[in-house]
Amino acid sequence: MGAFILKRLWVMVLTALCLTFVVFFLANLYPNLEKLAKTQGNMRMTDEQVASWLDRNGYTSNLVIRYGEWLGIVPGWKRVDEDGTVSGRCLRPGMEPEDMPNYCGVLQWEYGYSTVFKTDVGDVVGKRLLLTGKLMFWVMIVMVPMALVIGVLAGMREGSKTDRSLSTFSIATTATPEYVSGVILIVIFASSVVGLKWFKGSATSAMDDMTFANFTLPVLTMALYGMGYIARMTRASMAEVMTAQYIRTARLKGMTFGAVVLKHALRNALIAPFTVIMLQFPWLLTGVVIVETLFNYKGFGWTLVQAASNNDIELLLSCSIVAVIVVLVTQLLSDIGYAFLNPRIRVG
Amino acid sequence: MEPLGIFGITGQIIVLFWPVWLGMIVVFGLSYMFRANLGLYGKLYGSTPGIIGFGIVLFWFLTAVFADAIAPFDEISQISGMKNKVPGTPVPEMEGMYYLFGGDNLARDVFSRVVKGSQVVFVIAPLATLFAFMVGITLGLPAGFFTGRLDTFLSFVANLVLAFPVILLFYLLVTPEIRNTGYELLRFGDFSWRSSIPNVLAAILFLFPIIFLLVLFQSKFYTQPSKRNTLIIVTLIVGAWFYLGVAFNADPIGLIRMDPNILNIFVAVVFVNSPTVFRIVRGLVMDIKTRDYVAAAQTRGEGPWYIMLWEILPNARGPLIVDFCLRIGYTTILLGTLGFFGLGLSPESADWGSTINEGRKLLSIYPHPAIPPALALMSLVLGLNLLADGLREESLKD
Repeated sequence: MGAFILKRLWVMVLTALCLTFVVFFLANLYPNLEKLAKTQGNMRMTDEQVASWLDRNGYTSNLVIRYGEWLGIVPGWKRVDEDGTVSGRCLRPGMEPEDMPNYCGVLQWEYGYSTVFKTDVGDVVGKRLLLTGKLMFWVMIVMVPMALVIGVLAGMREGSKTDRSLSTFSIATTATPEYVSGVILIVIFASSVVGLKWFKGSATSAMDDMTFANFTLPVLTMALYGMGYIARMTRASMAEVMTAQYIRTARLKGMTFGAVVLKHALRNALIAPFTVIMLQFPWLLTGVVIVETLFNYKGFGWTLVQAASNNDIELLLSCSIVAVIVVLVTQLLSDIGYAFLNPRIRVG
Repeated sequence: MEPLGIFGITGQIIVLFWPVWLGMIVVFGLSYMFRANLGLYGKLYGSTPGIIGFGIVLFWFLTAVFADAIAPFDEISQISGMKNKVPGTPVPEMEGMYYLFGGDNLARDVFSRVVKGSQVVFVIAPLATLFAFMVGITLGLPAGFFTGRLDTFLSFVANLVLAFPVILLFYLLVTPEIRNTGYELLRFGDFSWRSSIPNVLAAILFLFPIIFLLVLFQSKFYTQPSKRNTLIIVTLIVGAWFYLGVAFNADPIGLIRMDPNILNIFVAVVFVNSPTVFRIVRGLVMDIKTRDYVAAAQTRGEGPWYIMLWEILPNARGPLIVDFCLRIGYTTILLGTLGFFGLGLSPESADWGSTINEGRKLLSIYPHPAIPPALALMSLVLGLNLLADGLREESLKD
C-alpha cells in the first residue's frame, strides 16, 4: 500500500509539472503576451512599444527559464536602470529593493501578482476557493443523498415501473447541461414577468449572506446535472447485487424484501457509486465555472474565467494548479477508498 | 394583424416542419418494413425508449438538412420593430409572417435561429466524434494489445489531457490569438498555411483516419497484392483529398472547406474527446485479447495488427457504438459550452450555445429568446442518450 501511494504521488507530481508547463506555454504565446501588454499598457501601442514593454517586464527571456522562475528553482529576474530604479520579478508594490528575495515561486509559496485584481494571486485564489467550497458543500449535500436514493429505488426491482420512470428521469438530468437547466430554472422560479418569483436569479448577494432565496437555484442547477450520472451508476450496481446468490439465500430464509435491501444489498451496492462520487469533483469543476458565470457568483470558476479571458498568466497558472490538484487527489482517494471498501481488490 | 395565440403558433410550427415530418414517416416506414434485415438498428424497433430517442435525433437531423426550407427568416437578418417581441408577433409589412418564438435582443427571429443552429451541431458533433474515435482506436488498440512501455506512455498522456479541466483547455486552445501563433510556412498564390497550434494539431489528428484505413487493409489483404494495392491507392487519393481540404483548407477541387473558426473548435473537441475513447478501447482490448478466438488466430500465425483490427475490434463494436451515441451528445454539450462562453464561433452564429448566452443577459425580463435553444439542445442530447440506452439494451440481448 505504501509503495502504491508513493508511486501514485510521483506520477501526480509529474502530471502537475507537465500540465502547468502546458498552461504556461499556452498563456505565454506571443499573441497572448501582446494582448496582455496592450491591456496593461495602452490599447494603441505600436509593435515596438509592445516589444519593449514585454522586455522591461521580463516576458522575453527563455520560456524554460521563466517557468523555472515561476516554480522558484531559478532566481527571479532583476534589473537596475541607469537612474538607479530597481525592478524585478520578486518586487511587490511597497517593498524596498533591498528586501527583494532572490527566489519567488511556487516553492516559496509566492504565487505571483494578479494583473486583473491588482493583488497577490494567493489571496485572490484563497478567498474565491472558500466561496466555491461553500457552493460545492451544499451541492454535495443535495446531490449525493438524492442520487443514491433514486439509484437504489430504481435498481431494487429492475424493469419495474419505478425503475423505468426513475431511469428516464436520471437520463434526462444527464442530458441537461448546467447552462440549459440554469436558464430554465431561472425562468420558472425567478423571472420577473412569468414564473413563480420564489428565488433570485443572481447569487451575488449569497457571497456574504447566504439565504434560501439566493442560493437555491445555483445549488439545484449543479446538483441536477451530476445527480443523474451517480444515480445511474448506483442503479447498475444495485441491480447487479440484487441478482447475487446471497440475496436469494436471504430471501429464501424468509427475510422481508425491505430487510434484504437494507441489510444485505445496500452495503455492497454502494461501493461502485463511491468511486463515481469522488470522480465527480473534477467534473463539477466545469459546472462550477458555468454556474458561477450564469448566477454571477464570484467564486473560483468566475475567477478562472476572468483570468483566462484577460490572460492574467500567474492567476491562470494558480487556478490550473488548484484544478489539477483537485483532479489528481480525487483520483488517488477514490482508488484508495475503493480498495478499503472492497476487500476483493488488492493494490500493490 | 392580430398576434398569434398558443394554438396558432403550434399550428404554424407543425406546418413549417413538413419536410421533417415527411422524412420521418419515410424513414420509419421503410425501417419498420425491413427491420428483420437491419441488424442492431432493426432490433431498436423493439425498444420504446430507444425508438423515442432515435425519433428525436432523426427529427433534429432532418431539421438540419432542411433548415433552409423550414426557417422563415434569415438567421442574422434584423427586422426593425421586432426587438424582444413576444412569441407570435406578426412582422410589420409582411402578410402572414410571424416571429413564432418572438424576436431576440437584436430583432432577429428566434425560431429561425434555433432551426439554423441545428446545422452547426450536425456539421461539427458527429464528425468530431468520428475523428476522436479514429484517434482513440488507432492508439488504444496497440496500447491494450502490446501493453508495456508504449501503453505506459500513451496512458500517461491520455491521463494528462483528462486531468485538464475542459473549460480551461478551451479558454487556452480556442482563441483568436492562438490562430496567429507560429510562422507562415507555405504560400502559393492566395493559399497560405501557418504553423499555428490549431493547424498543427489538425495536421496531426486528421492523419489518424488515413493511417487507420491503411493498416486495416494492409493487415487483411497483404496476401492478395492486387486487391490490397487498389484499396490502398483509393484510400490514399480520397484521404489526401479530404486531408488537404480539412486540415489545410486547400482542397484542389474546392469542394471541402473548413473555416478557421470551425477548425479551431473541431480540433479542440477532438483533442478533448480522444483520450476517453482511448481508455475505453484499451480496456476493451485488454479484456477481449484473453478470449479463445484471439488465441486461435495467434496459433494460425496471424499478425498482431490483423488480430487487433479484424478479430478484436469487431467484437468490441457493441460498447463502442453505444459510447459513440453518448459521445455525440457530450460533444453537443461541449459545443454549447463553447458558445455559452462566447469562444470560437462568431457572435452572430446561430448555434444553440451562443443563442442561450445571448438570451441569458435579459433572462428575467425577456425569457423567450433563451428558452427555445435551451430546450432544443436538451432534447437532442436526451434523444442521443435514450438511443444509446436502447442500443445497449438490445445489444445485450444476444
